[in-house]
Amino acid sequence: MNPDFAFLVEVIVGGLLSGVMYALVAIGFVLIYKTSGVLNFAQGAMVLFAALTFVSLLERGLPFVGALAATLAVMVVLGLAVERAVLRPLVNQPPITLFMATLGVSYVIEGAAQLAWGTQVHGLDLGIDDTPFEIGGVLVSRFDLFAAGVAGLMVAALTAFFRYTHTGLAFRAVADDPFAALNAGLRLPRIWSAVWIAAGLVALVAGLLWGARLGVQFSLSLVVLKALPVLVLGGFDSIAGAILAGLIVGAVEKLSEVYLGPFIGGGIEGWIAYVAALAFLLVRPSGLLGLRSVERV
Amino acid sequence: MIALGIVPLVGTSYLYEAILTPFLALALAGLGLNLLTGYAGLLSLGSAAFMAVGAYAAFNLSLRLPILPLPVTIFAAGLVAALAGVIGGLPALRLRGFYLAVSTLAVQFFVAWALNRIGWLSNDSPSGIVTAPRLVVAGISFEDARGRYLFSLAVVALLTFAAWRLVRSPTGRDLVAIRDHETAARITGVRVARTKLLAFGLSSFIVGVAGVLWAFAYLRTLEPAGFNLDRSFQILFIVIIGGLGTLRGAFLGAGFIVVLPLILARLGAAILGDGFDSGTLEMCQRIVLGILIVAVLIREPAGLTALLDRAVGRLRGRAA
Amino acid sequence: MRAALLAGATLLGLAGGARADEQHFPLQSYRVGPYAAGGTGFFGGFIDYLNLINSRDGGVNGVKLTWSEGETQYEVERGVEVYERLKSRPGIAAWNPLSVGIAYAMIDRITADKVPLITINHGRTDSTDGRVFPYVFPLLLNPYSETSGIVAYLGTRAGGLDKLKGKTIAVLYHGSPYGKETIPIYEKLAKTYGFKVEQIEVPHPGNEQQSQWLTIRRLRPDFVVLRGWGVMNPVALKTAQKTGFPVDHIVGNVWSNSEEDAIPAGDAAKGYVAITTQASGTEYPVIQEIVRKVYEPGNGNLADKKRIGSVYHNLGVLNGILNVEAVRIAQGRFGKRTLTGDEVRWGFEHLRLDEAWVAELGAKGLFHSINVTCANHEGEGRVTFQQWDGTKWKVVSDWIAPDWASLRPIIEASSTAYAKEHGLTPRDCAAEEQADAGARNTAAEHASAESR
Repeated sequence: MNPDFAFLVEVIVGGLLSGVMYALVAIGFVLIYKTSGVLNFAQGAMVLFAALTFVSLLERGLPFVGALAATLAVMVVLGLAVERAVLRPLVNQPPITLFMATLGVSYVIEGAAQLAWGTQVHGLDLGIDDTPFEIGGVLVSRFDLFAAGVAGLMVAALTAFFRYTHTGLAFRAVADDPFAALNAGLRLPRIWSAVWIAAGLVALVAGLLWGARLGVQFSLSLVVLKALPVLVLGGFDSIAGAILAGLIVGAVEKLSEVYLGPFIGGGIEGWIAYVAALAFLLVRPSGLLGLRSVERV
Repeated sequence: MIALGIVPLVGTSYLYEAILTPFLALALAGLGLNLLTGYAGLLSLGSAAFMAVGAYAAFNLSLRLPILPLPVTIFAAGLVAALAGVIGGLPALRLRGFYLAVSTLAVQFFVAWALNRIGWLSNDSPSGIVTAPRLVVAGISFEDARGRYLFSLAVVALLTFAAWRLVRSPTGRDLVAIRDHETAARITGVRVARTKLLAFGLSSFIVGVAGVLWAFAYLRTLEPAGFNLDRSFQILFIVIIGGLGTLRGAFLGAGFIVVLPLILARLGAAILGDGFDSGTLEMCQRIVLGILIVAVLIREPAGLTALLDRAVGRLRGRAA
Repeated sequence: MRAALLAGATLLGLAGGARADEQHFPLQSYRVGPYAAGGTGFFGGFIDYLNLINSRDGGVNGVKLTWSEGETQYEVERGVEVYERLKSRPGIAAWNPLSVGIAYAMIDRITADKVPLITINHGRTDSTDGRVFPYVFPLLLNPYSETSGIVAYLGTRAGGLDKLKGKTIAVLYHGSPYGKETIPIYEKLAKTYGFKVEQIEVPHPGNEQQSQWLTIRRLRPDFVVLRGWGVMNPVALKTAQKTGFPVDHIVGNVWSNSEEDAIPAGDAAKGYVAITTQASGTEYPVIQEIVRKVYEPGNGNLADKKRIGSVYHNLGVLNGILNVEAVRIAQGRFGKRTLTGDEVRWGFEHLRLDEAWVAELGAKGLFHSINVTCANHEGEGRVTFQQWDGTKWKVVSDWIAPDWASLRPIIEASSTAYAKEHGLTPRDCAAEEQADAGARNTAAEHASAESR
């Protein structure tokens, strides 16, 4: 293969795989936004909390499975607690108030996580060897492939949940039309609880995979900044949109950094994704999948 | 409103330098954002970027046009920030709510990148951190602690008055009309697109001037990192906690966000002793601050202004 | 509103009571937030050394050392708040913020208050020129000498500086003022030694570097210099592994050289090399003493004893040594009592610790030497290089001297511009040195004799 072309493919493949990682975080946002209209900024703090709890338990000698189970339990409790203590009293408040409340929650979670487990940085080894392998002159990361597989499994599980379980169906009913769902006798608080638990689990998966990439430390909560342009592009309320947008954002980001960077200056990854998402929405206001009702004028 | 004028004119330099001056700068930023979010109903997470634009514009103007008197420089810097606001507000013509909010992050990150990338903006300083010029107006120096405070107070009072006039003007009513019902506003003849961009411009003007105060009167240095996303959130907090759609709200909110952590820190140190691990203290503080924010929002979603009004009302009721 | 402010003022305006013969170190520490790991290590080491001096020697010549902490989270405005809060404490010796941003915001303030500002291994490069910045001390290493030191080391790796000709060096820098500071110096050194340099920016915070490392993969450089910060460092090492770049050809700068930078990268960090001004490890007598006399009685500052001897902890201890010796030297000149900030500044300007003195302090091998003068506030710190073996750092080079002479003109150009901009007249160091010459010799002998 032509080396320039191989390099291009490499950049795109790397971008797509990074995009999966962004989508992984974005899905946590989508779950909560879809049912309660809240942009949950505490998602980043939850990712940090999950990873820190898991790695700290691991370092205290718990076996992998035990630590995973314990962290799972902690995340369930955390999700329930946030829903019960913060979101439920704020029901029917404007979205901006709810958003601010989740920021307040993120302070509490970040503080508590560091108070409980310290401010040390930790390595997290999931046991996946990250030496790259080559396919036709193109380097592919083993770990990123694994992460993409996990993300795929998670999406499949979530889809199955929504399609085949009672709570999942109720969730979709609420997302489609909360008033009709209420009329039909669905218990909203129960669904919200379920959604917060689900968001906690997504945070755990994202925390483990991102934690293995970055190390487990405070900066882990900053991965949400990578998820936000994905949300704008894919829609705050679509899991499929988040995945697709994640892939696009990842690829666009890498392509522009590598090929555009030398001309306008490097380090443009921080904002180019937002601009790309915006440009797309201006051209095609109905959004990526063309299904959702974008809040637009 | 009036109470703000009677700020104690006696006090230690700590009170001026570390509490009142940053309080004023952030309150002014909150005021600016409140015009946009509280009155026009447009959500922005780019306030820190507009502060940065104002601060760096003022720095460059005073560096390259030293002939301009400081008030003119600050006004011009506000105009530059307003222009940035209008550009940054363009997505508002198509987007709303959180889509708009997240879109303004593009401005936030782009400004940070540009300030870092374009050396000319920070006078090609090798470390990228530049020193703010002196606060001298018409030969009178405002360099000492109290001077910095009074300088900020004058600017804030002036702009607060201007904002107060604005919200009572027809333009102010247009803003509220867009917030309450955009389609209805359009029918009644409000030029929606123009008014939205105007809201971004006016708001960013004030936020930009707040950035000048923050850099010139308070920190005395400029660096891009000081105007990061956390600052934008902080300003949004000020507006929400204080109360959307009230000018007083920005001051109450800024008081809450600036003064409360300091009081918490002192209280913590007083209770637990000076030698107590400052990190643990800080984390407890962060938790308490988060809980207080959530508590205020639950107890009084309309913000501290509403809480205050109710308390005053109750007192009056009791007195009567 | 007003009542609240007044109440706040009474609450906040508290200051510690004055006591005789104490020297105070106000600490703008950061034990929370993204850089907490560095902050806890550095300030922990600093406090541990002050503790050691108090418990072992009863202070410096009987003057007890005290300190107070204010949390900054590495944020400039919090640093300023802490400065304003603590500056009225009596007997302040020096400020040690360990943050470039906070240090910049303090330069005007400490110059007006006449108290030294110590920015060990970091800070404003042109403040090396003590003629223009009398109160600022970027001790041991500034960003320019760091760059020179790294290139000198790469020269030894290539088999001589002349062998660098035709080589390609990629510099991966953090997208911040800090990261960009050395761009012109690498360009200059590239011209001097004839190597090709490619400087690549990683946007803050640096948690995603696929595109940068793919660019590096295409460039195929001989070495990559990592000028990183926080999470950017482990991610760089991981991504290097992912893109097949050999880790032992990556050289980290002084803020990419700690355990916290290597551990999160796991196996990907094994073989990684980084510059340092102080060796890590616990084998040095002074660290041993800290373990015995501070940690065993339970007065240690680090929560996790495993971190004793880590890079940041040893940097903190070294910072303690330099501060304490400056106070000791100043005492030799001004008397064994609580000194003013200006007197301590004199001590820093005469901080000349040769290898023998360093050995006497129990720090042989921990760091090389320092030689601060009125004009040179950096003090010709030597650097060494350490390699990560998967669990700890191992020194793999001699003490290397950066090429200070070639950097001095750039520094002076910048400081002269600063002086002009701010209407300052540089001090006449020769005259000041002469006036002090007699006093200095006796001071040094005096202090050296008593340092045991």
